[in-house]
Amino acid sequence: MVLSLVALVSALGVVLSKNPVSSVLCLIVTFFAIAGHYIMLNAQFLAVVHIIVYAGAIMVLFLYVMMLMNLDADIEPQKRNWLKYAGAVSGGALLVVLVAALRDASVPALSESSVEIGLIHNLGKLLFTQYVVPFEISSILFLSAMVGAVVIGKKD
Amino acid sequence: MTLLSIDWFFLIEKILLISGVLVLSLVVAMYSTWGERKVAAWIQDRLGPNRAGPMGLLQPLADGGKLFFKEEIIPTNSNRFLFILGPSIAMLVACMTSAVIPWADTITIAGRQISLQVADVNIGILFIFGVVSMGVYGIMIGGWASNNKFSLLASVRAASQIISYELPMGLALIALLMLTGTLSLKEIVEQQRAGLWNVVYQPLGFLIFLICAFAECNRTPFDLPEAENELNGGYHLEYSSMKLGFFLFAEYINMFISSALMATLYFGGYAYPWMDKLGLSENMLALTGFLALFIKTLFFIFFFMWVRWTIPRFRYDQLMRLGWRVLIPLALANMLITGAVELLRHH
Repeated sequence: MVLSLVALVSALGVVLSKNPVSSVLCLIVTFFAIAGHYIMLNAQFLAVVHIIVYAGAIMVLFLYVMMLMNLDADIEPQKRNWLKYAGAVSGGALLVVLVAALRDASVPALSESSVEIGLIHNLGKLLFTQYVVPFEISSILFLSAMVGAVVIGKKD
Repeated sequence: MTLLSIDWFFLIEKILLISGVLVLSLVVAMYSTWGERKVAAWIQDRLGPNRAGPMGLLQPLADGGKLFFKEEIIPTNSNRFLFILGPSIAMLVACMTSAVIPWADTITIAGRQISLQVADVNIGILFIFGVVSMGVYGIMIGGWASNNKFSLLASVRAASQIISYELPMGLALIALLMLTGTLSLKEIVEQQRAGLWNVVYQPLGFLIFLICAFAECNRTPFDLPEAENELNGGYHLEYSSMKLGFFLFAEYINMFISSALMATLYFGGYAYPWMDKLGLSENMLALTGFLALFIKTLFFIFFFMWVRWTIPRFRYDQLMRLGWRVLIPLALANMLITGAVELLRHH
């Protein structure tokens, strides 16, 4: 309950904050709150990996870029009005779709085996037996993204 | 005694243990500052601090008192909240890692088995990795909030250095995980108690881990975020009084914890040779085990200082080249070889 509140407030902080650096810091707090949720769902591995990858690596890079660009509220370019309306309409449409999708979804009953699924031992077993193909395909996707980044970086 | 369905003894036991570990790391960090000066003096053929108390033993107290009572300056153009948040995060993160280190085996007091480890989670190593990756925020936020170009440069350096050295550190740990097959630090120690120390199987992995630990703690030869001759002191340039003290103190706590971690992961932790053949009682075994871990840790702290006063600082491009071109390929090779050997052994 407290965690959800923290997550919501800090997520609002990300959007509403004028200063980009405090936006990023709010996002980090949000990630921590979400990791807390994972731990309460008995998915310790997912929680820790979430923190290592998102809060520990990606957000550091975000912060790095934000600090170097040194953006300020007053030099931020003013958006045109139609752009604001378009943003509001598309965001609202996404909300409607999400609500419609989630309204009919039913939560599957909690079984004995699914409680332990988040622990690293069971997770590893599942990833390398039942879900081995999606797992490998996603790793190849990451590899191709990496190669793409190197190619773009080498252009100049 | 269960009241309100809470095991109160468990709660008290954990609170005592946590405070004990915190006090231990603070005291060790305090006396590391003294030790650092003594070691430096010894290496440079000087006397070192010798005025406050016998052999200068009261020097850390005097320093702490001085830092507390100095004038505190917060720069006008800084972001006040973040300026204070920076050293707080540095200190908090430094203290958090100690939670998963097993300090000794279980002891029995009044029929209760008490494990001398705050939390034996099954993701111990990953927890440490996660906390270590948080460590950079203190430096980055502090450096940015100071609103000073030298501090900003230092925090940018710190960020790229720590991210670069996290990769080989993680790869070295993966090789260790393949060997032990567990993420729990307690189990890793128990395996070493039964067999040989992990450093025998993973000498290269240990070397990589050691180098990365130096880089993660911002210790010489990798202390570029605080290079005083080019950055005027680096990320803590604008800090004064105890906030500066927190930054410096966090570095010493990190040094203590990473020394304890190296001892635990690669040098048997609280296990020492023939410990099960001495016929000691359980509590004595835990006590001697703790002493063994402590001695190993102190040796690594000494090693940190030894290197600091022997090797000059790297240039930044050398640092990056070492990280990306030398350590990562070495760590990858180490990981692949370990994997292949493990595969052969299990077939």
